[in-house]
Amino acid sequence: MNTVEKQLLNEPKRIVQNVITAVIVIVFLMWSLTAVDLSNFTSNGVDIAKNILHGIVTPNTDLLFTFNTNGVPYLLLETMAIAFLGTIVGAILAIPLAFLSASNIVPKPIAFIIRLLLIFVRTIPAIVYGLMFIRVTGPGPFAGVLTMALTSIGMLSKLFVDIIEDLEVNILESLESIGCTTFEKIRYGIIPQLSAMFLSVAIYRFDMNLRDAAILGLVGAGGIGAPLIFAMNGYKWSEVGSILIGLMVLILLIEFFSNKIRNKIVRG
Amino acid sequence: MNMLKAKSITLPNGKIVPFKRSKAPWIILALLICFYYSVQITGFDLQILTKRIGQFWVIIGDMIPPNWNYLNKLWQPLFDTIKMSLLGSLLGSVFALPLAYFASSNIGKNQFVVTATKFILSLLRTLPTLVAALIATFIFGIGTMAGTVAIFLFTIAYVGKLLYEQIENADLKAFEAMQSMGHSTFSAFRYAIMPQIMPNYLSNSIFCFEGNVRYAAILGYVGAGGIGLLLNESLGWRNYANVGMILLLLAVAVFIIENASEYLRKKLL
Repeated sequence: MNTVEKQLLNEPKRIVQNVITAVIVIVFLMWSLTAVDLSNFTSNGVDIAKNILHGIVTPNTDLLFTFNTNGVPYLLLETMAIAFLGTIVGAILAIPLAFLSASNIVPKPIAFIIRLLLIFVRTIPAIVYGLMFIRVTGPGPFAGVLTMALTSIGMLSKLFVDIIEDLEVNILESLESIGCTTFEKIRYGIIPQLSAMFLSVAIYRFDMNLRDAAILGLVGAGGIGAPLIFAMNGYKWSEVGSILIGLMVLILLIEFFSNKIRNKIVRG
Repeated sequence: MNMLKAKSITLPNGKIVPFKRSKAPWIILALLICFYYSVQITGFDLQILTKRIGQFWVIIGDMIPPNWNYLNKLWQPLFDTIKMSLLGSLLGSVFALPLAYFASSNIGKNQFVVTATKFILSLLRTLPTLVAALIATFIFGIGTMAGTVAIFLFTIAYVGKLLYEQIENADLKAFEAMQSMGHSTFSAFRYAIMPQIMPNYLSNSIFCFEGNVRYAAILGYVGAGGIGLLLNESLGWRNYANVGMILLLLAVAVFIIENASEYLRKKLL
Protein backbone atom coordinates (compact mmCIF):
# COMPACT_ATOMS: atom_id res chain seq x y z
CA MET A 1 0.00 0.00 0.00
CA ASN A 2 1.61 3.27 -1.02
CA THR A 3 1.22 6.70 0.59
CA VAL A 4 -1.48 7.87 -1.78
CA GLU A 5 -3.71 4.91 -0.97
CA LYS A 6 -3.13 5.38 2.77
CA GLN A 7 -4.12 9.01 2.49
CA LEU A 8 -7.21 8.00 0.56
CA LEU A 9 -8.26 5.62 3.33
CA ASN A 10 -7.78 8.41 5.85
CA GLU A 11 -10.69 10.34 4.34
CA PRO A 12 -13.29 10.77 7.07
CA LYS A 13 -16.26 8.47 6.74
CA ARG A 14 -19.44 10.48 6.55
CA ILE A 15 -21.84 7.78 5.38
CA VAL A 16 -24.19 8.09 8.36
CA GLN A 17 -24.34 11.88 8.10
CA ASN A 18 -24.90 11.78 4.37
CA VAL A 19 -27.68 9.22 4.66
CA ILE A 20 -29.43 11.28 7.33
CA THR A 21 -29.17 14.45 5.22
CA ALA A 22 -30.43 12.63 2.15
CA VAL A 23 -33.39 11.19 4.07
CA ILE A 24 -34.30 14.63 5.43
CA VAL A 25 -34.12 16.20 1.99
CA ILE A 26 -36.20 13.41 0.44
CA VAL A 27 -38.82 13.69 3.18
CA PHE A 28 -39.05 17.44 2.60
CA LEU A 29 -39.28 16.89 -1.14
CA MET A 30 -42.08 14.34 -0.75
CA TRP A 31 -43.92 16.61 1.66
CA SER A 32 -43.68 19.57 -0.67
CA LEU A 33 -44.68 17.49 -3.69
CA THR A 34 -48.14 17.09 -2.16
CA ALA A 35 -48.74 20.77 -2.98
CA VAL A 36 -48.37 20.20 -6.70
CA ASP A 37 -51.73 20.21 -8.29
CA LEU A 38 -51.89 19.71 -12.00
CA SER A 39 -55.66 19.34 -12.21
CA ASN A 40 -55.98 22.82 -13.69
CA PHE A 41 -53.42 22.10 -16.35
CA THR A 42 -55.14 21.70 -19.69
CA SER A 43 -53.85 21.20 -23.20
CA ASN A 44 -54.69 24.89 -23.62
CA GLY A 45 -51.62 25.63 -21.57
CA VAL A 46 -49.27 24.53 -24.32
CA ASP A 47 -51.01 26.76 -26.87
CA ILE A 48 -50.92 29.70 -24.50
CA ALA A 49 -47.23 29.12 -23.83
CA LYS A 50 -46.61 29.18 -27.58
CA ASN A 51 -48.58 32.42 -27.93
CA ILE A 52 -46.64 34.02 -25.09
CA LEU A 53 -43.31 33.07 -26.61
CA HIS A 54 -44.47 34.30 -29.99
CA GLY A 55 -45.58 37.61 -28.46
CA ILE A 56 -42.30 38.11 -26.67
CA VAL A 57 -40.19 37.55 -29.79
CA THR A 58 -42.46 39.75 -31.90
CA PRO A 59 -43.06 42.71 -29.57
CA ASN A 60 -45.38 45.55 -30.39
CA THR A 61 -42.78 48.06 -31.58
CA ASP A 62 -45.31 50.91 -31.73
CA LEU A 63 -45.79 50.66 -27.99
CA LEU A 64 -42.08 50.21 -27.39
CA PHE A 65 -41.07 53.43 -29.13
CA THR A 66 -43.96 55.80 -28.43
CA PHE A 67 -42.97 58.74 -26.30
CA ASN A 68 -46.39 59.81 -25.01
CA THR A 69 -47.78 58.86 -21.62
CA ASN A 70 -49.01 55.47 -22.86
CA GLY A 71 -45.73 54.34 -24.34
CA VAL A 72 -43.28 52.00 -22.68
CA PRO A 73 -40.54 54.68 -22.25
CA TYR A 74 -42.79 56.96 -20.22
CA LEU A 75 -44.07 54.06 -18.10
CA LEU A 76 -40.50 53.03 -17.38
CA LEU A 77 -39.67 56.62 -16.45
CA GLU A 78 -42.62 56.66 -14.08
CA THR A 79 -41.50 53.38 -12.54
CA MET A 80 -38.02 54.80 -12.08
CA ALA A 81 -39.40 57.97 -10.51
CA ILE A 82 -41.42 55.90 -8.03
CA ALA A 83 -38.39 53.81 -7.10
CA PHE A 84 -36.12 56.85 -6.85
CA LEU A 85 -38.41 58.93 -4.67
CA GLY A 86 -39.29 55.94 -2.51
CA THR A 87 -35.61 55.17 -1.96
CA ILE A 88 -34.72 58.76 -1.06
CA VAL A 89 -37.61 59.21 1.37
CA GLY A 90 -37.02 55.76 2.85
CA ALA A 91 -33.29 56.31 3.22
CA ILE A 92 -33.72 59.64 4.98
CA LEU A 93 -36.29 58.22 7.39
CA ALA A 94 -34.21 55.09 7.97
CA ILE A 95 -31.20 56.99 9.30
CA PRO A 96 -32.73 58.13 12.64
CA LEU A 97 -34.43 54.75 13.08
CA ALA A 98 -31.12 52.99 12.51
CA PHE A 99 -29.38 55.11 15.15
CA LEU A 100 -32.27 54.42 17.53
CA SER A 101 -31.90 50.66 17.11
CA ALA A 102 -28.09 50.50 17.27
CA SER A 103 -27.22 48.92 20.60
CA ASN A 104 -23.92 50.80 20.84
CA ILE A 105 -25.70 54.17 20.70
CA VAL A 106 -28.96 53.90 22.67
CA PRO A 107 -29.87 51.77 25.74
CA LYS A 108 -30.58 48.11 24.99
CA PRO A 109 -34.37 48.12 25.71
CA ILE A 110 -35.05 50.99 23.29
CA ALA A 111 -32.93 49.36 20.61
CA PHE A 112 -34.81 46.09 21.11
CA ILE A 113 -38.27 47.69 20.81
CA ILE A 114 -37.36 49.60 17.64
CA ARG A 115 -35.85 46.43 16.18
CA LEU A 116 -39.02 44.46 16.84
CA LEU A 117 -41.03 47.20 15.15
CA LEU A 118 -38.71 47.10 12.14
CA ILE A 119 -39.08 43.29 11.87
CA PHE A 120 -42.84 43.78 11.58
CA VAL A 121 -42.42 46.53 9.01
CA ARG A 122 -40.19 44.22 6.97
CA THR A 123 -42.45 41.18 7.03
CA ILE A 124 -45.50 42.84 5.55
CA PRO A 125 -45.32 42.33 1.77
CA ALA A 126 -45.04 45.42 -0.43
CA ILE A 127 -48.34 44.61 -2.13
CA VAL A 128 -50.22 44.85 1.16
CA TYR A 129 -48.73 48.29 1.84
CA GLY A 130 -49.66 49.24 -1.71
CA LEU A 131 -53.29 48.30 -1.15
CA MET A 132 -53.32 50.17 2.15
CA PHE A 133 -51.83 53.34 0.69
CA ILE A 134 -54.27 53.28 -2.18
CA ARG A 135 -56.98 53.85 0.41
CA VAL A 136 -54.96 56.87 1.57
CA THR A 137 -53.99 58.59 -1.67
CA GLY A 138 -56.16 56.95 -4.28
CA PRO A 139 -54.70 54.82 -7.06
CA GLY A 140 -51.66 56.24 -8.83
CA PRO A 141 -47.91 56.57 -8.58
CA PHE A 142 -48.12 58.52 -5.31
CA ALA A 143 -49.31 55.39 -3.49
CA GLY A 144 -46.39 53.55 -5.06
CA VAL A 145 -43.90 56.10 -3.71
CA LEU A 146 -45.25 55.75 -0.17
CA THR A 147 -45.13 51.96 -0.42
CA MET A 148 -41.56 51.98 -1.68
CA ALA A 149 -40.57 54.40 1.09
CA LEU A 150 -42.02 52.17 3.79
CA THR A 151 -40.49 48.93 2.49
CA SER A 152 -37.16 50.72 2.03
CA ILE A 153 -37.21 51.88 5.65
CA GLY A 154 -37.56 48.28 6.78
CA MET A 155 -34.54 46.96 4.92
CA LEU A 156 -32.32 50.04 4.90
CA SER A 157 -32.50 50.62 8.64
CA LYS A 158 -31.47 47.01 9.23
CA LEU A 159 -28.43 47.37 6.96
CA PHE A 160 -27.63 50.81 8.37
CA VAL A 161 -27.64 49.36 11.89
CA ASP A 162 -25.06 46.76 10.88
CA ILE A 163 -22.85 49.54 9.51
CA ILE A 164 -23.27 51.71 12.61
CA GLU A 165 -22.45 48.83 14.91
CA ASP A 166 -19.24 48.18 12.95
CA LEU A 167 -17.99 51.76 13.46
CA GLU A 168 -14.24 52.04 14.16
CA VAL A 169 -14.13 53.70 17.58
CA ASN A 170 -10.32 53.94 17.58
CA ILE A 171 -10.51 56.86 15.18
CA LEU A 172 -12.72 58.79 17.60
CA GLU A 173 -10.24 58.21 20.38
CA SER A 174 -7.32 59.45 18.31
CA LEU A 175 -9.32 62.49 17.22
CA GLU A 176 -10.09 63.20 20.86
CA SER A 177 -6.43 62.84 21.80
CA ILE A 178 -5.46 65.59 19.34
CA GLY A 179 -8.12 67.83 20.86
CA CYS A 180 -11.12 67.66 18.52
CA THR A 181 -14.52 68.86 19.73
CA THR A 182 -17.58 66.60 19.62
CA PHE A 183 -18.77 68.24 16.42
CA GLU A 184 -15.41 67.73 14.76
CA LYS A 185 -15.36 64.13 15.92
CA ILE A 186 -18.71 63.53 14.22
CA ARG A 187 -17.73 65.48 11.09
CA TYR A 188 -14.31 63.90 10.52
CA GLY A 189 -14.55 60.65 12.50
CA ILE A 190 -18.07 59.30 11.94
CA ILE A 191 -19.57 60.81 8.78
CA PRO A 192 -16.76 59.71 6.42
CA GLN A 193 -17.06 56.16 7.74
CA LEU A 194 -20.80 56.02 7.34
CA SER A 195 -21.57 58.06 4.24
CA ALA A 196 -19.94 55.80 1.65
CA MET A 197 -21.49 52.63 3.03
CA PHE A 198 -24.89 54.26 3.49
CA LEU A 199 -24.83 55.53 -0.08
CA SER A 200 -23.83 52.12 -1.39
CA VAL A 201 -26.66 50.41 0.50
CA ALA A 202 -29.15 53.04 -0.68
CA ILE A 203 -28.15 52.50 -4.32
CA TYR A 204 -28.56 48.76 -3.85
CA ARG A 205 -32.02 49.35 -2.45
CA PHE A 206 -32.88 51.56 -5.43
CA ASP A 207 -32.03 48.61 -7.64
CA MET A 208 -34.40 46.41 -5.64
CA ASN A 209 -37.10 49.07 -5.49
CA LEU A 210 -37.11 49.28 -9.26
CA ARG A 211 -38.07 45.59 -9.46
CA ASP A 212 -40.70 46.01 -6.77
CA ALA A 213 -42.09 49.17 -8.37
CA ALA A 214 -42.57 47.20 -11.55
CA ILE A 215 -45.00 44.84 -9.83
CA LEU A 216 -46.77 47.42 -7.68
CA GLY A 217 -48.75 48.43 -10.72
CA LEU A 218 -50.60 45.13 -10.36
CA VAL A 219 -52.50 46.67 -7.45
CA GLY A 220 -52.90 50.05 -9.18
CA ALA A 221 -50.03 51.89 -7.49
CA GLY A 222 -48.61 53.34 -10.69
CA GLY A 223 -45.73 52.31 -12.87
CA ILE A 224 -45.50 49.72 -15.59
CA GLY A 225 -47.28 46.90 -13.75
CA ALA A 226 -50.82 48.05 -14.53
CA PRO A 227 -50.50 48.10 -18.33
CA LEU A 228 -48.70 44.77 -18.07
CA ILE A 229 -51.55 43.07 -16.24
CA PHE A 230 -54.14 44.64 -18.55
CA ALA A 231 -52.27 43.37 -21.58
CA MET A 232 -52.04 39.90 -20.05
CA ASN A 233 -55.68 39.70 -19.10
CA GLY A 234 -56.52 40.80 -22.63
CA TYR A 235 -54.21 38.11 -24.09
CA LYS A 236 -52.34 40.81 -26.01
CA TRP A 237 -49.04 38.97 -25.91
CA SER A 238 -47.14 41.27 -28.25
CA GLU A 239 -47.87 44.18 -25.89
CA VAL A 240 -46.79 42.01 -22.98
CA GLY A 241 -43.63 41.27 -24.95
CA SER A 242 -42.78 44.92 -25.53
CA ILE A 243 -43.41 45.85 -21.88
CA LEU A 244 -41.32 42.93 -20.61
CA ILE A 245 -38.48 43.74 -23.00
CA GLY A 246 -38.47 47.38 -21.88
CA LEU A 247 -38.52 46.31 -18.23
CA MET A 248 -35.71 43.78 -18.66
CA VAL A 249 -33.48 46.24 -20.49
CA LEU A 250 -34.06 48.89 -17.83
CA ILE A 251 -33.39 46.51 -14.93
CA LEU A 252 -30.21 45.17 -16.54
CA LEU A 253 -28.96 48.71 -17.24
CA ILE A 254 -29.68 49.94 -13.73
CA GLU A 255 -28.09 46.84 -12.24
CA PHE A 256 -24.97 47.37 -14.31
CA PHE A 257 -24.60 51.02 -13.33
CA SER A 258 -25.50 50.45 -9.70
CA ASN A 259 -22.81 47.76 -9.40
CA LYS A 260 -20.26 50.04 -11.02
CA ILE A 261 -21.07 53.02 -8.84
CA ARG A 262 -21.14 50.92 -5.68
CA ASN A 263 -17.76 49.39 -6.44
CA LYS A 264 -16.36 52.86 -6.97
CA ILE A 265 -17.86 54.24 -3.78
CA VAL A 266 -16.80 51.38 -1.54
CA ARG A 267 -13.27 51.03 -2.92
CA GLY A 268 -12.78 54.82 -2.95
CA MET B 1 -17.38 79.44 -6.10
CA ASN B 2 -14.94 79.13 -3.25
CA MET B 3 -16.57 75.85 -2.28
CA LEU B 4 -15.62 74.19 -5.56
CA LYS B 5 -12.05 75.43 -5.71
CA ALA B 6 -9.35 72.85 -5.06
CA LYS B 7 -7.32 73.68 -1.98
CA SER B 8 -3.78 72.64 -1.27
CA ILE B 9 -1.53 72.35 1.75
CA THR B 10 2.19 73.11 1.79
CA LEU B 11 4.08 70.60 3.91
CA PRO B 12 7.12 71.68 5.99
CA ASN B 13 9.47 70.13 3.42
CA GLY B 14 8.02 72.34 0.70
CA LYS B 15 5.90 69.68 -0.98
CA ILE B 16 2.45 70.87 -2.08
CA VAL B 17 -0.36 68.40 -1.51
CA PRO B 18 -3.55 69.33 -3.38
CA PHE B 19 -6.88 68.31 -1.88
CA LYS B 20 -9.04 66.18 -4.07
CA ARG B 21 -11.82 68.32 -5.47
CA SER B 22 -15.05 67.19 -3.85
CA LYS B 23 -17.71 65.92 -6.19
CA ALA B 24 -20.40 66.20 -3.53
CA PRO B 25 -21.96 69.50 -4.78
CA TRP B 26 -22.48 68.05 -8.27
CA ILE B 27 -23.94 64.83 -6.94
CA ILE B 28 -26.32 66.74 -4.68
CA LEU B 29 -27.34 68.97 -7.59
CA ALA B 30 -28.04 65.94 -9.79
CA LEU B 31 -30.02 64.28 -7.02
CA LEU B 32 -32.08 67.43 -6.49
CA ILE B 33 -32.91 67.64 -10.20
CA CYS B 34 -33.96 63.97 -10.24
CA PHE B 35 -35.95 64.58 -7.07
CA TYR B 36 -37.81 67.51 -8.59
CA TYR B 37 -38.78 65.64 -11.75
CA SER B 38 -39.72 62.52 -9.80
CA VAL B 39 -42.06 64.60 -7.67
CA GLN B 40 -43.60 66.03 -10.86
CA ILE B 41 -44.06 62.60 -12.45
CA THR B 42 -45.43 60.77 -9.44
CA GLY B 43 -47.64 63.58 -8.18
CA PHE B 44 -46.10 63.45 -4.72
CA ASP B 45 -48.15 65.80 -2.55
CA LEU B 46 -47.34 66.39 1.10
CA GLN B 47 -50.70 68.08 1.69
CA ILE B 48 -52.68 65.02 0.67
CA LEU B 49 -50.36 62.90 2.75
CA THR B 50 -50.80 64.92 5.95
CA LYS B 51 -54.54 65.20 5.41
CA ARG B 52 -55.24 61.56 4.58
CA ILE B 53 -52.54 59.64 6.44
CA GLY B 54 -55.11 59.10 9.20
CA GLN B 55 -56.72 56.50 6.89
CA PHE B 56 -53.57 54.44 7.10
CA TRP B 57 -53.72 54.32 10.89
CA VAL B 58 -57.41 53.49 10.71
CA ILE B 59 -56.56 50.40 8.67
CA ILE B 60 -53.78 49.47 11.07
CA GLY B 61 -56.20 50.03 13.95
CA ASP B 62 -58.72 47.67 12.33
CA MET B 63 -56.05 44.98 12.13
CA ILE B 64 -55.63 45.03 15.90
CA PRO B 65 -56.80 42.84 17.49
CA PRO B 66 -56.56 40.20 14.76
CA ASN B 67 -59.43 37.80 14.22
CA TRP B 68 -58.23 34.68 16.06
CA ASN B 69 -61.18 32.58 14.88
CA TYR B 70 -59.79 32.86 11.39
CA LEU B 71 -56.61 31.05 12.40
CA ASN B 72 -58.06 27.57 11.85
CA LYS B 73 -58.61 28.26 8.16
CA LEU B 74 -55.09 29.55 7.68
CA TRP B 75 -52.91 26.51 8.41
CA GLN B 76 -53.57 24.69 5.15
CA PRO B 77 -52.80 27.73 2.90
CA LEU B 78 -49.77 28.58 5.01
CA PHE B 79 -48.35 25.09 4.55
CA ASP B 80 -49.19 25.29 0.85
CA THR B 81 -47.12 28.47 0.67
CA ILE B 82 -44.21 26.84 2.48
CA LYS B 83 -44.44 23.69 0.32
CA MET B 84 -44.51 25.82 -2.81
CA SER B 85 -41.38 27.69 -1.86
CA LEU B 86 -39.65 24.56 -0.59
CA LEU B 87 -40.23 22.61 -3.79
CA GLY B 88 -39.37 25.58 -6.00
CA SER B 89 -36.19 26.34 -4.06
CA LEU B 90 -35.10 22.69 -3.91
CA LEU B 91 -35.53 22.02 -7.61
CA GLY B 92 -34.24 25.46 -8.54
CA SER B 93 -31.04 25.00 -6.54
CA VAL B 94 -30.45 21.57 -8.09
CA PHE B 95 -30.93 22.89 -11.63
CA ALA B 96 -28.77 25.93 -10.87
CA LEU B 97 -25.70 23.73 -10.49
CA PRO B 98 -25.37 22.54 -14.11
CA LEU B 99 -26.24 26.02 -15.38
CA ALA B 100 -23.56 27.58 -13.19
CA TYR B 101 -21.12 24.94 -14.45
CA PHE B 102 -21.74 26.05 -18.04
CA ALA B 103 -21.72 29.74 -17.13
CA SER B 104 -18.32 29.88 -15.43
CA SER B 105 -15.68 31.25 -17.73
CA ASN B 106 -12.82 29.40 -16.06
CA ILE B 107 -14.34 25.93 -16.51
CA GLY B 108 -16.22 26.24 -19.78
CA LYS B 109 -13.91 26.42 -22.75
CA ASN B 110 -16.57 27.43 -25.23
CA GLN B 111 -16.96 31.22 -24.98
CA PHE B 112 -20.31 31.16 -26.75
CA VAL B 113 -21.89 28.72 -24.29
CA VAL B 114 -20.56 30.73 -21.33
CA THR B 115 -21.96 34.04 -22.61
CA ALA B 116 -25.29 32.52 -23.65
CA THR B 117 -25.81 30.82 -20.28
CA LYS B 118 -24.92 33.98 -18.40
CA PHE B 119 -27.32 35.96 -20.56
CA ILE B 120 -30.16 33.51 -19.90
CA LEU B 121 -29.49 33.67 -16.16
CA SER B 122 -29.60 37.46 -16.09
CA LEU B 123 -32.77 37.54 -18.20
CA LEU B 124 -34.43 35.15 -15.76
CA ARG B 125 -33.29 37.31 -12.86
CA THR B 126 -34.86 40.46 -14.27
CA LEU B 127 -38.24 38.82 -14.67
CA PRO B 128 -40.18 39.82 -11.53
CA THR B 129 -41.44 36.76 -9.66
CA LEU B 130 -44.99 38.04 -9.62
CA VAL B 131 -45.00 38.47 -13.40
CA ALA B 132 -43.53 35.00 -13.84
CA ALA B 133 -46.27 33.64 -11.58
CA LEU B 134 -48.91 35.46 -13.58
CA ILE B 135 -47.63 33.98 -16.84
CA ALA B 136 -47.45 30.57 -15.16
CA THR B 137 -51.10 30.77 -14.13
CA PHE B 138 -52.02 31.16 -17.79
CA ILE B 139 -50.07 28.01 -18.65
CA PHE B 140 -50.54 25.75 -15.63
CA GLY B 141 -53.88 27.05 -14.48
CA ILE B 142 -54.65 28.70 -11.17
CA GLY B 143 -53.08 26.98 -8.18
CA THR B 144 -49.88 26.17 -6.38
CA MET B 145 -48.21 24.76 -9.49
CA ALA B 146 -47.92 28.24 -11.01
CA GLY B 147 -46.35 29.58 -7.85
CA THR B 148 -43.88 26.70 -7.72
CA VAL B 149 -42.80 27.37 -11.30
CA ALA B 150 -42.28 31.08 -10.60
CA ILE B 151 -40.19 30.36 -7.52
CA PHE B 152 -38.28 27.66 -9.38
CA LEU B 153 -37.29 30.12 -12.13
CA PHE B 154 -36.26 32.81 -9.67
CA THR B 155 -34.19 30.36 -7.62
CA ILE B 156 -32.34 29.09 -10.68
CA ALA B 157 -31.41 32.63 -11.62
CA TYR B 158 -30.44 33.75 -8.13
CA VAL B 159 -28.54 30.69 -6.93
CA GLY B 160 -27.05 30.19 -10.39
CA LYS B 161 -25.56 33.66 -10.49
CA LEU B 162 -24.01 33.45 -7.02
CA LEU B 163 -22.73 29.97 -7.82
CA TYR B 164 -20.95 30.83 -11.06
CA GLU B 165 -19.36 33.83 -9.40
CA GLN B 166 -18.07 31.46 -6.77
CA ILE B 167 -16.78 28.93 -9.28
CA GLU B 168 -14.97 31.73 -11.09
CA ASN B 169 -13.31 32.78 -7.83
CA ALA B 170 -12.47 29.22 -6.79
CA ASP B 171 -8.90 28.04 -6.42
CA LEU B 172 -8.04 26.23 -9.65
CA LYS B 173 -4.78 24.58 -8.59
CA ALA B 174 -6.32 21.26 -7.59
CA PHE B 175 -8.57 21.36 -10.65
CA GLU B 176 -5.62 21.81 -13.01
CA ALA B 177 -3.60 19.14 -11.20
CA MET B 178 -6.44 16.65 -11.66
CA GLN B 179 -6.84 17.54 -15.30
CA SER B 180 -3.13 16.99 -15.89
CA MET B 181 -3.48 13.58 -14.22
CA GLY B 182 -6.06 12.70 -16.85
CA HIS B 183 -9.38 13.50 -15.20
CA SER B 184 -12.04 14.82 -17.53
CA THR B 185 -13.20 18.41 -16.99
CA PHE B 186 -16.35 17.15 -15.38
CA SER B 187 -14.75 14.76 -12.93
CA ALA B 188 -12.05 17.30 -12.05
CA PHE B 189 -14.86 19.77 -11.36
CA ARG B 190 -16.62 17.21 -9.21
CA TYR B 191 -13.59 16.44 -7.02
CA ALA B 192 -11.67 19.74 -7.02
CA ILE B 193 -14.23 22.55 -7.29
CA MET B 194 -17.37 21.06 -5.74
CA PRO B 195 -15.89 20.66 -2.24
CA GLN B 196 -14.82 24.32 -2.35
CA ILE B 197 -18.17 25.74 -3.36
CA MET B 198 -20.43 23.29 -1.52
CA PRO B 199 -20.86 25.14 1.82
CA ASN B 200 -21.59 28.44 0.11
CA TYR B 201 -23.89 26.82 -2.41
CA LEU B 202 -25.99 25.21 0.32
CA SER B 203 -25.97 28.40 2.34
CA ASN B 204 -27.16 30.46 -0.63
CA SER B 205 -29.87 27.93 -1.40
CA ILE B 206 -31.17 28.06 2.15
CA PHE B 207 -31.06 31.85 2.11
CA CYS B 208 -32.96 31.86 -1.16
CA PHE B 209 -35.60 29.56 0.34
CA GLU B 210 -36.02 32.00 3.20
CA GLY B 211 -36.60 34.88 0.80
CA ASN B 212 -38.90 32.75 -1.32
CA VAL B 213 -41.27 32.16 1.59
CA ARG B 214 -41.84 35.92 1.72
CA TYR B 215 -42.37 36.07 -2.02
CA ALA B 216 -44.64 33.04 -2.07
CA ALA B 217 -46.88 34.78 0.43
CA ILE B 218 -47.87 37.36 -2.16
CA LEU B 219 -47.99 35.07 -5.19
CA GLY B 220 -51.57 34.20 -4.30
CA TYR B 221 -52.42 37.70 -5.38
CA VAL B 222 -52.26 36.62 -9.02
CA GLY B 223 -53.90 33.28 -8.29
CA ALA B 224 -50.75 31.25 -7.82
CA GLY B 225 -51.95 29.55 -4.67
CA GLY B 226 -51.07 29.71 -1.00
CA ILE B 227 -51.88 32.18 1.71
CA GLY B 228 -51.76 35.16 -0.66
CA LEU B 229 -55.11 34.08 -2.06
CA LEU B 230 -56.76 34.59 1.33
CA LEU B 231 -54.82 37.81 1.86
CA ASN B 232 -56.10 39.18 -1.39
CA GLU B 233 -59.65 38.08 -0.57
CA SER B 234 -59.63 39.65 2.90
CA LEU B 235 -58.14 42.88 1.58
CA GLY B 236 -60.79 42.96 -1.14
CA TRP B 237 -63.57 42.60 1.45
CA ARG B 238 -61.80 45.15 3.66
CA ASN B 239 -61.89 42.61 6.44
CA TYR B 240 -58.83 44.02 8.15
CA ALA B 241 -59.09 41.89 11.28
CA ASN B 242 -58.56 38.85 9.06
CA VAL B 243 -55.71 40.61 7.24
CA GLY B 244 -54.11 41.30 10.61
CA MET B 245 -54.35 37.60 11.51
CA ILE B 246 -52.77 36.53 8.21
CA LEU B 247 -49.95 39.04 8.56
CA LEU B 248 -49.29 38.02 12.15
CA LEU B 249 -49.14 34.33 11.21
CA LEU B 250 -46.90 35.17 8.28
CA ALA B 251 -44.58 37.23 10.46
CA VAL B 252 -44.26 34.37 12.95
CA ALA B 253 -43.65 31.81 10.20
CA VAL B 254 -41.06 33.99 8.49
CA PHE B 255 -39.38 34.67 11.83
CA ILE B 256 -39.10 30.95 12.61
CA ILE B 257 -37.81 30.08 9.15
CA GLU B 258 -35.34 32.98 9.25
CA ASN B 259 -33.88 31.85 12.53
CA ALA B 260 -33.72 28.21 11.46
CA SER B 261 -31.98 29.19 8.24
CA GLU B 262 -29.55 31.46 10.05
CA TYR B 263 -28.68 28.60 12.42
CA LEU B 264 -28.15 26.16 9.57
CA ARG B 265 -26.07 28.60 7.56
CA LYS B 266 -23.84 29.40 10.52
CA LYS B 267 -23.19 25.68 10.94
CA LEU B 268 -22.33 25.33 7.25
CA LEU B 269 -19.80 28.13 7.03
